[in-house]
Amino acid sequence: MDDLYREVIIEHYKNPAYRGHLDPHDYSFADSNPLCGDHIQIDLRVDENNKVSDARFEGHGCAISQASADLLIESVIGKSIDDVKKLSKQDILDLLGIDLGPVRLKCALLSLKVLKAGVYGLGEASDELVE
Amino acid sequence: MTFDVDRIRQDFPILGREVRPGVKLIYLDSTATSQKPEPVIAAMNDFYRRSNANIHRGVHTLAEESTAKYEQARVKIAKFINAASAHEVIYTRNTTESINLVAYTWGRANLQSGDLVILTEMEHHSNLVPWHILLAERGIRLEFIPVTPDGLLDLDAYRTLLLKNPKLVSFTHMSNVLGTITPAADIIRMAHQAGAVTLLDAAQSVPHLKVDVQALDVDFLAFSAHKMCGPTGIGGLYGKAKLLEAMPPFLGGGDMIKEVHLRSFRPNSLPHKFEAGTPAIAESVGFGAAVDYLSAIGMEQISGHEHEIIEYALERLEEVPGLHLFGPSADKKGGVASFTFDGVHPHDVAQILDRDGIAVRAGHHCAQPLHEKFGIPATTRASFYLYSTKGEVDALIEGIYKVKKVFG
Repeated sequence: MDDLYREVIIEHYKNPAYRGHLDPHDYSFADSNPLCGDHIQIDLRVDENNKVSDARFEGHGCAISQASADLLIESVIGKSIDDVKKLSKQDILDLLGIDLGPVRLKCALLSLKVLKAGVYGLGEASDELVE
Repeated sequence: MTFDVDRIRQDFPILGREVRPGVKLIYLDSTATSQKPEPVIAAMNDFYRRSNANIHRGVHTLAEESTAKYEQARVKIAKFINAASAHEVIYTRNTTESINLVAYTWGRANLQSGDLVILTEMEHHSNLVPWHILLAERGIRLEFIPVTPDGLLDLDAYRTLLLKNPKLVSFTHMSNVLGTITPAADIIRMAHQAGAVTLLDAAQSVPHLKVDVQALDVDFLAFSAHKMCGPTGIGGLYGKAKLLEAMPPFLGGGDMIKEVHLRSFRPNSLPHKFEAGTPAIAESVGFGAAVDYLSAIGMEQISGHEHEIIEYALERLEEVPGLHLFGPSADKKGGVASFTFDGVHPHDVAQILDRDGIAVRAGHHCAQPLHEKFGIPATTRASFYLYSTKGEVDALIEGIYKVKKVFG
């Protein structure tokens, strides 16, 4: 329980490094968690080698959802789009360094769902993207 | 009889439980569902141990006993809300189903394209979506009584809406987010003067206040057992007999019929016309026991206790820097305190409070439009009932200061 609010999460929640928008961008997608109203938008720019050259997120929600978005954005800069598509639930848990119950897992995975729906060019961020 | 909260707490076995070793439960989520006292649990237990059989038409002893218990509970519930007759009380699954029943039967028989239904901006989704469905199906119009910044209904705006010839005014008696107790008798009287039928969502009022359907002169009243010390899975719809008799049936099946032929049926009389299929029989017994339990304590006593608790809770919560309360002052509301806390999302507040065994709810509480109105995605909600104590309020305040510490 105390783990859930360990310093790295509070720090990324209060002082996110990658909050904002990218204009122009190559990919942009937004979605919400209907249960709690958490909202995340992610903008990506890619270079000529199809690698993420820059990325930002914007949104509102609980500490878990916002900190995981900031950590996720940090981790994808420099990655190829193919590698981004391969990111999984476990990658997010590794970034956060905690284990989560089913309710809070949804908070943590929102940013990954949004990111993958964006790079796959899908209409909505479904749960299957992060299974 | 003086109101003794410590004595009352003894009736609720769950309140003695520890959430985890050494951490006692502090249950501040009664607006979502209430806890159940021993007499309710025992009544249902006893029903399954002694009387269980399907109701109606059976001639054996158990079937007769079950039927009698099912109907006796209806009489108790009718008396509790002062219905003129037990036939005016229909068993449903919950408040949501009660409102849907009215929308699907009365609504389909009486609302045509362009007809106006007046709702309010503080409705629970269960008093919004059934009307959205009728809007999509037959093009009814919806208008909303606005909510003022201090969480009250704007009755001047309501007067203006009434000039538009509404067919129905459907509104909450107590907001599940703001706690606002609406001036139901006035709203109903004005609606009737304008020629409209009225439906009161009483999910939050019947458990906490003395509600008298004849004094209110309301046409339909929807409520749930589980919020008033009864079981889940059963609720009530009160309707004036004249209206219920003129309505087409809701679900089709056994028990709601007088006779059935291969290509036709004749519906049963009230209240059975609206109760298709085997109902929640043990739950009806529990519902009756809950009504007995609340009546023995007295609804005025319960309201009085809750008023004392909410007054104290608002006073303590107002002291907390960075905490913002929603809804009116204690004299205009029931035992519900919804708030935001600067820099901390309600989910995080609820999660950290849970560490101390404090159960509160976080989210939009099935009232998303109301949260949009106030420009916030979610709130944390603490709610109180007859078993809540000032000590629990103190624990909540202490917990909130711990949240503040975690988030620095």
